[in-house]
Amino acid sequence: MKKFSYLLMSIMGLALISSCNNQSKGAANGALSSSAAEKVYVAPGEHDEYYAFISGGFSGQLSVYGLPSGRLFKVIPVFSQDAEKAWGYNEETKPMLNTSHGFVPWDDAHHPDISQTNGELDGRFVFINGNNTPRIAKIDLTTFETTEIIEVPNSAGNHSSSFVTENTEYVVAGTRFSVPVPQRDMPIKDYKGNFKGALSFISVDPEEGHMDIKFQLLMPGFDYDLSHPGRGKSHGWFFFTTYNTEEASSLLEVNASQNDKDFIAAVNWKKIEEYVNNGGGTKMPANYAHNVYDDETHTATSTMKKEVLVVNPSDVPGAVYFLPTPKSPHGCDVDPSGEYIVGNGKLSADLTVHSFTKMLAAIDGKKFDGEAYGIPILKFEDVLAGTVKSGGLGPLHSEFDAEGNAYTTFFISSEVVKWKLGTWEVVDRQPCYYSVGHLMIPGGNSRKPFGKYVVAMNKITKDRYLPTGPEVTQSAQLYDISGEKMELLLDFPTIGEPHYAAGIAADIVKARSRKIFNLTENKHKYAATSDADVRIERNGKEVHIYMTMIRSHFNPDNIEGIKVGDKVYFHVTNLEQDYDVPHGVSMIGANTSELLIMPGQTETFVWEPKQVGVWPFYCTDFCSALHQEMQGYVRVSPADSDLDLSWSLGD
Amino acid sequence: MLFSVLLMGCGGKEEKKKEGFSVERQKTATEQPIETPAASTAKASERIDLDSKGVGPITSLTLASEIDQAMAEKGKTVYEQMCTACHRIGKKFIGPAPNNILERRSPEWVMNMILNPEGMVKEDPLAKELLQEFNGAPMANQGLTEEQARAVLEYFRTL
Repeated sequence: MKKFSYLLMSIMGLALISSCNNQSKGAANGALSSSAAEKVYVAPGEHDEYYAFISGGFSGQLSVYGLPSGRLFKVIPVFSQDAEKAWGYNEETKPMLNTSHGFVPWDDAHHPDISQTNGELDGRFVFINGNNTPRIAKIDLTTFETTEIIEVPNSAGNHSSSFVTENTEYVVAGTRFSVPVPQRDMPIKDYKGNFKGALSFISVDPEEGHMDIKFQLLMPGFDYDLSHPGRGKSHGWFFFTTYNTEEASSLLEVNASQNDKDFIAAVNWKKIEEYVNNGGGTKMPANYAHNVYDDETHTATSTMKKEVLVVNPSDVPGAVYFLPTPKSPHGCDVDPSGEYIVGNGKLSADLTVHSFTKMLAAIDGKKFDGEAYGIPILKFEDVLAGTVKSGGLGPLHSEFDAEGNAYTTFFISSEVVKWKLGTWEVVDRQPCYYSVGHLMIPGGNSRKPFGKYVVAMNKITKDRYLPTGPEVTQSAQLYDISGEKMELLLDFPTIGEPHYAAGIAADIVKARSRKIFNLTENKHKYAATSDADVRIERNGKEVHIYMTMIRSHFNPDNIEGIKVGDKVYFHVTNLEQDYDVPHGVSMIGANTSELLIMPGQTETFVWEPKQVGVWPFYCTDFCSALHQEMQGYVRVSPADSDLDLSWSLGD
Repeated sequence: MLFSVLLMGCGGKEEKKKEGFSVERQKTATEQPIETPAASTAKASERIDLDSKGVGPITSLTLASEIDQAMAEKGKTVYEQMCTACHRIGKKFIGPAPNNILERRSPEWVMNMILNPEGMVKEDPLAKELLQEFNGAPMANQGLTEEQARAVLEYFRTL
């Protein structure tokens, strides 16, 4: 309510006036910046109004920020190993990074999208794509942890991903690079007409959220850049921007910019789903990893899947159409009503907006302008709703508020432009510092945008922050969009490259956020959920330590009978059942990271001692006044020692 | 098998040599009662206070004269799962042994210590002293329900 009244205040222009009373130091634009400071100030102990999930781009991770404060709460490891949280280092999560190429400890994380019900954000999951080794990850918003990763076969540069349909029926992953399908040894110059672009529709189980590739649509060998679902009246369709319809395989900088118009591909997925449900499509051999983390076993499993169902678009008449769209469009955005499909032609000054209603009429009237590989091309003029003459350069991505306005980033002219749907008139423009890429309005890709703030994510910061050598921080900028004019409120630094983001009202998510894992539900194979389970077992050179931890000791904390050449598994269970009492553990010389173990959770690291001696381990997360006492020793004897295993605590 | 490993491991330990240095250090808490005279010559853990109900959700609890064995059994299970990391029957460990606790504390106090340890060490004088006596090791809130805590209390009556 307090926030709402702020909103009212700013609409009435009172904020400005009241801020004048608080003027203290005489900055040139003092009145304005004082007002901006108030708008982003979240008092100590207070919570932010929105969560912003901002991808780390080449960091491979997903960061969680609060809005409007711009405070960073968590970096959720997704595709990259994270020593801080043992992600990809402990035995439990290593399978999450398994692929058909083996263990791949990094990816390029691009487009987070929040699950929806009836076209509105439901706050259950965030999906995000790994570009490089094509994967889709799912983050569970009860734990804010990555719980599933599925590899996408027949895909390369998984970029027009990971956007969800209106009821999260599917999370969609389109390939940026077309490739031979199936992969084979062939000359690169034979690309044209031979490579394919796979658009993958990954079904999401309505209860558990498990992902499964329902079908892949094998499209012509273009680059599929970005995509968005239809909603409302256009629910059942999905729209993909394409470039390189020239099908060039070299010097794309020039060769992929020859055609005046590329396409937006409109895919009637409901029609294809029906076709597939009736036995349509072809099962082709494939090899891709499906990795699932289980909150009860605290362990991930990786399964290699061997088959995928592919659909040739020409086998499903009426399912796919091309909408001509100028100048290598990047963003492909659908307004909250589902009527307008915005193509952000990145080499253009203008935005092209298509009408869904006109598109249906053109399809009905069979007004085609030829075809590409059997896919009908609609006439540009027949589907065009309007053109936004922005005056900017390089439009990339548009999101929407709830009042019929769109907000588009312009990379080359480095600005956010606000314009009106329907009249296409430009209402306002504000500069970005510098070279803005994507932008995000909480709920801005849904039927119900929250429409109070827009976050612009910049590619370059140069002089905006204290310098840190040649590599400087990247950043996001927060604008208030509650008024007619946008107002820059805040710059804040981000992790990696802040590539893309999704935001949601905090109230939808925070009540469901989990506090602990119940010990009684711990089904980890090597858990010791009470001190009675504490033990050490030797199986040849493999030693398994079933260890517990609680403020402020390990059980056992003295271990003897370990030998050089052993492979020692520390399976450590945190017996705490209180909120925010994690413990950490690390062992001198272990060739891995620490473990950071939440209450009720079990994690495992492996230590292969190479030197005789008595070696300590200790708790790495400050847990209590006796944290510094939370330590233990392991005696390592020579490989040929006949000292038996023994362990103790306090004896 | 495991037990024998354990036993063997315990055997053959080094003799008790007086190596290194030792300081004749005594804890002052028992010798020099600073804050509370008279009664506090006894350690907080040994002192008897059957009147205080402590601080927490339990304000009144009357125990039946007969022990409810079924409830005590349940309590034993909960105790072994949630409490043995710090409490052992019959001996001081990280925290005190629960034996005969109801001869020293009211049932309400015991349950409040289980259910509201953070509040107790802040507001209950005896709990505060106990925290000091036990090296500042805070009692962990193990998230027991009232029903579970009640069952643990019943189990303590059997010890």
